Amino acid sequence: MSELPLDALWVYLSGSPLFALTATLACYLQATWLFERTGQWALLNPVLVSVLVLAFGLQLSGVPYANYFEGAQFVHFLLGPATVALAFPLYRELRTLGRHAVPIALAMLVGLVTTFGSTLLIAQATGLDDLMRLSIAPKSVTAPVAMGIAERIGGLPSLTAVFAILTGVFGAVIAMPVLRLIRVHDDAARGLAIGLVSHGIGTARAFRISERAGAYAGLAMALTATLSAITLPYLLSALGI
Amino acid sequence: MNVLTGFVILLALQLCGEILARMLALPVPGPVVGLLLLLVGLAVIPALSTRVEQAAQALLSHLSLLFIPAGVGVVVHLGRLEGAVFGVVVTLGSSTLLGLTATALSLQYLMRGRTTRNSPDQRP
Repeated sequence: MSELPLDALWVYLSGSPLFALTATLACYLQATWLFERTGQWALLNPVLVSVLVLAFGLQLSGVPYANYFEGAQFVHFLLGPATVALAFPLYRELRTLGRHAVPIALAMLVGLVTTFGSTLLIAQATGLDDLMRLSIAPKSVTAPVAMGIAERIGGLPSLTAVFAILTGVFGAVIAMPVLRLIRVHDDAARGLAIGLVSHGIGTARAFRISERAGAYAGLAMALTATLSAITLPYLLSALGI
Repeated sequence: MNVLTGFVILLALQLCGEILARMLALPVPGPVVGLLLLLVGLAVIPALSTRVEQAAQALLSHLSLLFIPAGVGVVVHLGRLEGAVFGVVVTLGSSTLLGLTATALSLQYLMRGRTTRNSPDQRP
């Protein structure tokens, strides 16, 4: 007798956007708490932990991703206004950024050529097929923009979103250990590098270093998104991919 | 009220960005156009910054949260990724490392000798 109401309850919950939305927010809060509690231990990156827990939960319960997304889309939607909001920290650092326009432009150029060049070369060397290569090419671009680029160059947008998130999380996790190792101590250089390779997730990480690192990361992310959206389709067709 | 005003401004600019991107067939997505519009707006009307400040900071302080729904989408692609795990991991990992190192070292080298300051507002 007691199984029937529970079953009915589960059918309701797993189909309701409320459950997915609550689970996403609660997971993120717990993961953030854990991250702060462990002194920001890199491997416990809140995005990584939340994604793993939620993905595992979906696999275990058999709830389809589409059902989950019906609730989670309210969070996903905020990526748009948040991208616009990045203008705010940029504006506050505008004077400093303007003074260093030439070094920033040059470092961005070096970084973008290195990132895209190595992605395409290594993807080819490790035997990824065309669809995979086209889907992984825009991985350092912020997810909503990367999906748009993937669509234009013939990749799979949803796969690109996954690669972009993985890259963002990986960049955010390794950034500080690597930057310490190569002795980069200036928050401007740290922020720009993190934002260029790991977009919004990296920018979120950079804001935890300092406001200045966050502003440079936001700038790098915005420039990477804009420049990649404009040049990547032409670059790929020039390379015959 | 202030948060709501700021949020409406952000949404309106995103909307303008989407409309511009579509009408002019720009290769850049709408929210990025919105970002540029807000940047120009702030430079032209500095008073705008107090209106968007609270909403912008609320969104940006939880930027990580916003990537979770798309990230969970990995479950849809588990089958496709199975045969390509090695290639994906190597490509993704090494190019991120290379890009990070190249950018950071270049900017640090190019800014050497310039007066730089690390702001004291380290977040807890």
